[in-house]
Amino acid sequence: MAKFAKKKDGDLPAVSTASLPDIVFMLLFFFMTVTVMKDSSIMVENILPNATEIKKLEKKDRVIYIFAGKPTKEYESVYGTETRIQLNDKFASVNEVGSYILAERAKKPQELQNVLTTALKVDKQANMGLISDIKQELRKVNALKVNYTTFEGDAFNNIQ
Amino acid sequence: MSTRKKAPEVNAGSMADIAFLLLIFFLVTTTLETDAGLDRLLPPLDTLTIVDIKERNLLRVSLNDLNQLLVEDDVVDIKELRQLTVDFLDNGGALPSSNLYCDYCQGAKDATSSDNPHKAVISLTHKRETSYGAYIAVQNELVGAYNVLRNREGKRLYGQTYVEMEALYFDEKTTLVEKEKLKNKIKAVQDLFPQKIAEAELSNSPKE
Repeated sequence: MAKFAKKKDGDLPAVSTASLPDIVFMLLFFFMTVTVMKDSSIMVENILPNATEIKKLEKKDRVIYIFAGKPTKEYESVYGTETRIQLNDKFASVNEVGSYILAERAKKPQELQNVLTTALKVDKQANMGLISDIKQELRKVNALKVNYTTFEGDAFNNIQ
Repeated sequence: MSTRKKAPEVNAGSMADIAFLLLIFFLVTTTLETDAGLDRLLPPLDTLTIVDIKERNLLRVSLNDLNQLLVEDDVVDIKELRQLTVDFLDNGGALPSSNLYCDYCQGAKDATSSDNPHKAVISLTHKRETSYGAYIAVQNELVGAYNVLRNREGKRLYGQTYVEMEALYFDEKTTLVEKEKLKNKIKAVQDLFPQKIAEAELSNSPKE
């Protein structure tokens, strides 16, 4: 009858954690491949509008970003609550847009300088006056390709 | 008894911790890609061409400072804009005898609306106080209207919608030979319904 030895009671077998590193590495590689480095912290409220007929911005190195929106809470006391433009890491006025674009363009390699796109990341609450001023500035420096960056979604939600 | 000892096993228990550290680093320093949007081409600054456009070939779309949409001076719901634009572009009002006749248009052939898609221009105006969200919604609907028509023509001519062809063109897996073919097809469809959206500088509220 000793064939079936009685199990020792009490100690449960420990759950093997040997595959834990593998799982974590899997997650790590997922994030490494689908995300990109943040290049500037956004100092303005930036809830992009929705649109359906969108196209992907293809190559990252051919894009110049312009942010606009109301300053976030922490900057509100200094910069007020009016819609402002953010270029790189600082607030800027409309007439700085042109020189910013030219400076950014000069940084890019020669062969890309004619195919640059300006991505406008603008909060949906912003007013169009500022946007048309930006567009006017862009036309002055001949940066004619623009992309109104949006989220994918129902465009009718933009108007409440 | 063997003299050789077994090599001691390296403790891999902290590997998970190291991987977690890396994972958290990437989580905080990176963002998910959200970059997609509406592509537009601004007109060059030195184009001061005053073109004579007949009233019937012009669709006036405007947004006022209360984000209300006006098409030809009537308040219109944004949901109707796409169909209105499609009807306008696809009208093909020119007579079969004239050289402007549009043989692929399927619209109402209304004599008071556009002659042909090449002549049809959409004029988009807005006020300074118009919100950006509303402006994007309108832009989206206008692009949508063009896509509806281009999809139809793409399907008719090549059995493939315009949007599909474009997606295929930008796909990295597409070979160069196919790309060249696609490029011609896309161009042909674009030529049938060229995008003509004119944006005025800015309509300021009249100065006192």
